Amino acid sequence: MSTQVHPSITTTRAMDTLPKLLHHHAHTRPAHPAMREKDYGIWQTWSWKQVYDEVLLLAGGLAALGFRRGHTLAIVGDNRPQLYWSMVAAQVLGGTPVPVYQDSVASEMQFVLEHAEAHFAVVEDQEQVDKLLEVIDRCPSLGTILYEDPRGLRDYQQPFLHSLDALREKGREFIACHPTFLEQELQQGKGSDIGVMLYTSGTTGKPKGVMLSFDNVLITARNNVEMEGLTADEEVLAYLPMAWVGDHLFSMAQAYVCGFTVSCPESGETLLTDLRELGPTYFFAPPRIYENILTTVMIRMEDASRAKQWMFKAALELARKVGVRILDGEAVSAVERLKYWLGALLVYGPLKNVLGFSRIRLAYTAGEAIGPEIFSFYRALGINIKQIYGSTEASVFICVQPNGQVFSDTVGLPAPGVEIRIAESGEVMFRSPGVFHAYFKQPDKTAEEKTADGWVHTGDAGLFDERGHLKIIDRAKDLGRLTNGGMFPPKYLENKLKFFPFIKEAVAFGDQRDHACAFVNIDLEAVGNWAERRGLPYSGFQDLAARDEVYELIRDCVNQVNADLARDPLLSSCQIHRFLLLHKQLDADDGELTRTRKVRRRFIAERYAEQIEALYDRSRPSVHVSTEVTFEDGRKGKVEADLRLADAEVHPAATAPLRKAG
Amino acid sequence: MSAPPLSSTASAAAPSGKRPIGDVILSVQNISLRFGGVRALTNISFDVRQHEVLAIIGPNGAGKSSMLNVINGFYHPQEGKVFHKGKERLKMKPHDAARAGIARTFQNIALFKGMSALDNIMTGRNTMMKSSLLDQMLYWGRAQKEEIAHREFCERIIDFLEIEAIRKTPVGRLPYGLQKRVELGRALAAQPEILLLDEPMAGMNVEEKEDMCRFILDVNDEFGTTMVLIEHDMGVVMDISDRVVVLDYGRKLADGTPHEVRSNPDVIAAYLGGH
Repeated sequence: MSTQVHPSITTTRAMDTLPKLLHHHAHTRPAHPAMREKDYGIWQTWSWKQVYDEVLLLAGGLAALGFRRGHTLAIVGDNRPQLYWSMVAAQVLGGTPVPVYQDSVASEMQFVLEHAEAHFAVVEDQEQVDKLLEVIDRCPSLGTILYEDPRGLRDYQQPFLHSLDALREKGREFIACHPTFLEQELQQGKGSDIGVMLYTSGTTGKPKGVMLSFDNVLITARNNVEMEGLTADEEVLAYLPMAWVGDHLFSMAQAYVCGFTVSCPESGETLLTDLRELGPTYFFAPPRIYENILTTVMIRMEDASRAKQWMFKAALELARKVGVRILDGEAVSAVERLKYWLGALLVYGPLKNVLGFSRIRLAYTAGEAIGPEIFSFYRALGINIKQIYGSTEASVFICVQPNGQVFSDTVGLPAPGVEIRIAESGEVMFRSPGVFHAYFKQPDKTAEEKTADGWVHTGDAGLFDERGHLKIIDRAKDLGRLTNGGMFPPKYLENKLKFFPFIKEAVAFGDQRDHACAFVNIDLEAVGNWAERRGLPYSGFQDLAARDEVYELIRDCVNQVNADLARDPLLSSCQIHRFLLLHKQLDADDGELTRTRKVRRRFIAERYAEQIEALYDRSRPSVHVSTEVTFEDGRKGKVEADLRLADAEVHPAATAPLRKAG
Repeated sequence: MSAPPLSSTASAAAPSGKRPIGDVILSVQNISLRFGGVRALTNISFDVRQHEVLAIIGPNGAGKSSMLNVINGFYHPQEGKVFHKGKERLKMKPHDAARAGIARTFQNIALFKGMSALDNIMTGRNTMMKSSLLDQMLYWGRAQKEEIAHREFCERIIDFLEIEAIRKTPVGRLPYGLQKRVELGRALAAQPEILLLDEPMAGMNVEEKEDMCRFILDVNDEFGTTMVLIEHDMGVVMDISDRVVVLDYGRKLADGTPHEVRSNPDVIAAYLGGH
């Protein structure tokens, strides 16, 4: 394991809590920018000293309101500097922050607040205050709610409701009366304290509170910093939910270890603009964001003039040939290097600039498999995008692809300090310094997931390939079998479908059946644009998804997937025989996706049981569906449609290379 | 130079609920308006009170838009008087009305399609820009400071209306509901005391209407802006207005709370189509 630390990193392993690291930066490099937020159209900056002062004010205010060691502080909202600071403020006082997914509906929020026994909550705005007020009666420990944005809250009279401005004022008074208290509290914290509690998104059952110590988070963060050579000069955009462990690692732990700058976007909708303005050097995004960006680029290129389209295509072709090899440091002829340089000057450079990727030195993706085309597109442009494999229980890092050994079908080698073994069942297990302390109040679940000697079950089925890289096939419990004995990895099929820009979401069925079928969700933006280009009128999602032309479009995609599957002897039996296009988008509000947008396969199998049966009944050309939908404001409505069942082309399992279908 | 507070009527926060409805701020008395032989308005009188949301309803051609045009000085009625804050208002031009704190939006969106949302909203500050043309061309001295202060004010409106993502988008490319929101933003940029909204929700879908209702109520609530609006959607009118004036063929049929108006037999017969 390398222990080389970049010279610009001044923190040491002895600084074992986030507040201690903050204290260090505030005193050794007070003027260095720590945080930015775009507000009123301008990037506002706070230095490490300013952040430290803000955190102390908040901590003082919390102390004045009775927040003590061992208390729990819930955080609900988009990525806002004040919310990040509130987390550290709670840690200064020896409390545990619990960030909650901000788009949870009130009942989901109630579960977490009640289970975590939150004493205080810091929330972003009226929307979140309203949700908490709805459930506060069922959260007996929750005594105080603090909000950042006062808009619309002027007339709220609840005595337990305060603004963060009021809290700061209380903090000022508190510090005046107790000038040394906060610093003493801060120094009392130690690495083994529970630094944060993160609720897993609940792909299966109710969320579990994962308790992570400062040591878990900080040692893991530092190991990765050393491996990747991150410095104090990194720029990071904090835009993924604060309740997600990745954000905690990238935007807090690593930022505090290195002392780099974290910026918060203006709003969810301005993300791409903010990304472009900021130009991060270290970037994380789930595959869907890379996918969306690529889709947008491709859609816009189709509107470009012929000459530009030709240039773009030619440059991309070249990049596909040599870009990845150049990035991986392989030998490339001088002529091709020159051509690539020209391409960078004319196409890749401007394109990266438009996307805000000009300065990226390290980009990670994880969470789902990323399409090989998407992956190689970015790498061909010279963006060092790599896959990682991790979980909340591991403080993120289990596997990381090392520079120069990046393959789209693996998740890389074990991260520094991580041991991995494959259990008899094919399940991946790991042990590392980042292994979580326990699930809060659920010793039985802890014992299920974590062995006495510290090995953790991931629930993923995987194997090591000949290069020693870990390959994840599917969730261990989702891995099914067809009646003919063939392997059926549903997620693998779904991902293959989702790699087409026209397909937003897919659900594959086939376990204990003689062949595979699938539900497909079209991508409204991509298919809508395609339809517009062809002068195809449509009135909305449902109408578009029912069009014959769209069915043909998706059939082509499915056929290609089948052709691809037919080439692999292990997987040729799980080609998709029939499919249907869903009349509505799968939605987390309807329980069909998790909050991190993963398909909840069992729920869907139950809800759409009749439609699945129809797919397997060759005699039926269509099936009726009627589903309840939940609107954003919580009201419920009904959507009905007749869905057409379409056949796809199935290829015989071939040993010889197959001619491309279509 | 820092931006002035968003609210022009900086009254203290109300203890509960919305701001209390205050005194009469604008009063129209016995207004009659004719275009040649066409009688657009006949002997109309009503008051607008501070901080209230007043809806004017009526069938097509009832004279609703004409009434707004009289209030903001675009039409000059042949008979009748308009009192603004207790003073009789003499003949004036719309820009005088704008200076006096009356802003409006239009039935057919009247934005500059080729300009960005931000620039459109900035035009709402026009009456407050004091620097000379030369200063502005050179972006020098006072013009620079003024521009920054106005921009800050507009950014607060953008934040309030949640249109950050379209700040730099040419308005012509925006969907209808967002254009309406930008138009509201431009009207707000003038820091009006009275805001006249001509069918702010026409042609919107349910979701857009809900958004717009929320913004209208928020503006009324946060800034205490008095609102006079024309609207066809009776659900909306009954939900958000404090008082309703009903016009029919240029005459006033009724004037009262939504509940009173709804149960008024004349209104039911003439407008709501009851039996």
